[in-house]
Amino acid sequence: MTDGGDPRLRPGGDQRAVVAELTDGEWHRLHPATPLLKGGIAVVVLLGIVANNLRELLFESFVPGGGRRGDDPVVLLVESGLLLPVVGGVLLVLLVMVAAFWASWRVSTFRVTDEVVEIRTGVLFRRERRAPLDRIQGINVQRPFLPRLLGAAKLQVSQAGDDANVDLAYLRSASADELRREILRRAGGARGRGATAPAGRAPASGASGTAVPSSAGGVADDRAATPGSHDLRGAPEVVGHPTGPAAAPGTPSARTGHRPGSLAAGLTDAFADHELDDEPPRTVVRMRLGRLVGSTVLSGATVFIVAAVVAVVVSVAVSGEWVLLAALLPALLGSVGFYGRRLSKSLRFSLADTRDGIRVSYGLLSTTTETLPPGRVHSVRVTQPLLWRPFGWWQVSINRASKSSTGGADGQSDSSLLPVGDEDDVRRVLGLVLPELVGAAAADEQFTTALVGDRVGDAAGAGAGEVAGGAAGVGPGRDAAALVEHRDRVAGEQADRTLSVVAAGLASSGSEGGFTTSPRRARVLRWASWRRNGFRTAPGAVLLRTGAVWRQLVVVPLPRVQSVSLAQGPVLRRLRLARVHVHTVAGPVSAEIGALDEHDARGFFDDVARLAVAAARADRTHRWLDEAAGEAAGATGATGTADATGVVDAVTDSGAAARPEAADRTAGEARVTDGTEPTRDPGPDAGRTATGATDGSER
Amino acid sequence: MTRATDEGHPGHPGDPGDRGHRGGAPDATGATGPTTGATGPTVGDVTRTAPGEWRGVSPRYVGVELVGWAVTGLVVTAPTAFLWLIDGWWPKAVTAAVAVVFVVVCSLTPRRVRAIGYQLREDDLLLRRGILFSRIVAVPYGRMQLVDMERGPVVRALGLSDLKLVTAAAASAVSVPGLPLAEAEGLRDHLVELAESRRAGL
Repeated sequence: MTDGGDPRLRPGGDQRAVVAELTDGEWHRLHPATPLLKGGIAVVVLLGIVANNLRELLFESFVPGGGRRGDDPVVLLVESGLLLPVVGGVLLVLLVMVAAFWASWRVSTFRVTDEVVEIRTGVLFRRERRAPLDRIQGINVQRPFLPRLLGAAKLQVSQAGDDANVDLAYLRSASADELRREILRRAGGARGRGATAPAGRAPASGASGTAVPSSAGGVADDRAATPGSHDLRGAPEVVGHPTGPAAAPGTPSARTGHRPGSLAAGLTDAFADHELDDEPPRTVVRMRLGRLVGSTVLSGATVFIVAAVVAVVVSVAVSGEWVLLAALLPALLGSVGFYGRRLSKSLRFSLADTRDGIRVSYGLLSTTTETLPPGRVHSVRVTQPLLWRPFGWWQVSINRASKSSTGGADGQSDSSLLPVGDEDDVRRVLGLVLPELVGAAAADEQFTTALVGDRVGDAAGAGAGEVAGGAAGVGPGRDAAALVEHRDRVAGEQADRTLSVVAAGLASSGSEGGFTTSPRRARVLRWASWRRNGFRTAPGAVLLRTGAVWRQLVVVPLPRVQSVSLAQGPVLRRLRLARVHVHTVAGPVSAEIGALDEHDARGFFDDVARLAVAAARADRTHRWLDEAAGEAAGATGATGTADATGVVDAVTDSGAAARPEAADRTAGEARVTDGTEPTRDPGPDAGRTATGATDGSER
Repeated sequence: MTRATDEGHPGHPGDPGDRGHRGGAPDATGATGPTTGATGPTVGDVTRTAPGEWRGVSPRYVGVELVGWAVTGLVVTAPTAFLWLIDGWWPKAVTAAVAVVFVVVCSLTPRRVRAIGYQLREDDLLLRRGILFSRIVAVPYGRMQLVDMERGPVVRALGLSDLKLVTAAAASAVSVPGLPLAEAEGLRDHLVELAESRRAGL
């Protein structure tokens, strides 16, 4: 077994260097403390057993004469003279366990190449698991309490399927974060750009001084450009067109950076927090403690508990049997546990938009940070329990293709995206989850069409030539910049419009918000909600609005629709109604809507079937950074060789779906820039860049 | 809400249909040909209004269904015989009622089998089933993860086979039962080929 240099041999070394080494494609070992951390539980269990057997002795030492000496196993052992062998046996077991865990660590190796993350484990039963990077559904960095104290973290690369994850447990905490970023970068298809890509990506703007948000999602860039923002990259550069929905100054929502905002955050600042990025997140939703407590108290469980208490009190009053009060005790204990779990799960909850998708972090003592790359959310449900309605709180759950039996570090479910939030939060979360819906993709479409058009295409081409000639960003570059500005404006308008679609779907009824609702005759089946029960298609998504009492809005991104069905039973047929079910991967969200007029349902069925095919064909989220690279190079023509290669990559990747003219155009542009010196500093990863470029042209 | 139903789909998928049906020739009865909605659509059944040519399954599949229902009927009816130990007329009535239900179900089987149909459209496979509880599913070709071919003992004896299409969504539950073997193989190869050429991510 080849085993490259061990990263732990360079203590205090630069994290980047460590990660560069971890991702060099060679086999590496996990954190040296892994056997201890994995075996720790077993040791605790063993100690528990011993302590349990000693409890009589302990009890007696505190309360003289209280114990029943005769039955105690330890006393029995001492009396029969078997103490020494037993203690020896226990120690032997411990030793064997430690040795086993050490051996298991010794043979566990992993590697990260440009294509796969791979892990080999097992002493007796060898297991090798390989996760292709372009199939990654998400990356989870978990820090259970004990490993967290020791500065270790578990990195989980999720793939579609039940527990189809590659677990790298454990890694050094800081390098886990760097590794996550690097894996995501490679998974995103940003080949041939060194590990310093996030930093080197920004300064590619035109001469007009107009901002060129060189990443995927110009809209979100705008959003971050609010006063007081810590966004180092966006703030000084983006000349705002405050079209982003959250761009209003002073909106509390636009907070970025890592402020120890709440009590909980303050508490845990004692622990090392390695979440600091070199690229700060763009939009952040944070959990407010008051709201979290309020929403927990106002949950269905509370109603149940109150009902139980009332029932018991009434029966005591009626029967006069005070013994019945004892029945409350387990219920109360259980509810304390329930509330505790619920609270600790969502404490310090935050949701951020990064270049590599949505990042969800939560947990107080054991923390979990999940990254969901774009296009990995298969359906979204926004619900409002009845008790939350006066406060305007909502809850967001999602379906995702990867199922993890462990979930978060505390065993939390991984399907909840926002435990509680107001309408503004929901809007922002949906904006992150469904970029298809908020128009960034649609605007890009327009932009590309404009680019291949005659006038603008020539201007951009000239711009690229100009840059190649050394006069970076003078003159004709302005046209491209203006175009980008136009694109951003369009994106902003789209975002406004589509977000209002979502907002309209939350609490509306009737045809408000463009929904087609159940006919009047459906009130037999939907006696409260027939006015609200409705559907609509929006650009890039399907919206199903149901429930007048327990309001619910299900949004399914069209590129994620697996199939669609239309069904009708005898009752529905008599009422001339039908039911439509939009199938996505399994999860808590079911996109089904019943009691629709049969002709509406039929039309909806046909629309979804047709739109889903088209959307899937146009979908390119599996290589989300390709898009960004192409966009950046195409927009500015000044991003150097690596990015130009990225363009070619993007074009070839999108395959048959790509417009051939665009391919020619951008490829030409790439060639133009190719012949010159890269405008970017050749960093320490120049060699890697070159390799990446070769890779790209071979594809 | 616009309803651009008819323009959306070219009703006649010339190529896919022909290729998928390539293997149907050896079937002497010729009854597996296109059934063009001539399956006696129930009045008012919205799932029957799809334009285009539906392909039915082999009439021999009725045999498979009948055997299945007969076995189920026996398994359910037989235990009711223990009720006969009780005095009175009603235990026998229970058995009779259960038996009658199964006889009725069996007598409707040919109709139900005729109601099964699939359609190879340009971009997706359309499948419909059921009379009382009717259901129609559209599965884009690019979404098919794999195509299973299953042949149980009865199915095999009748020279048929069942196709099961698996997508990433468990709820899709799409299967085309009772195709003559050659047609099933042709359809399977064709679908796999289509799925391969239009493969999308999840």
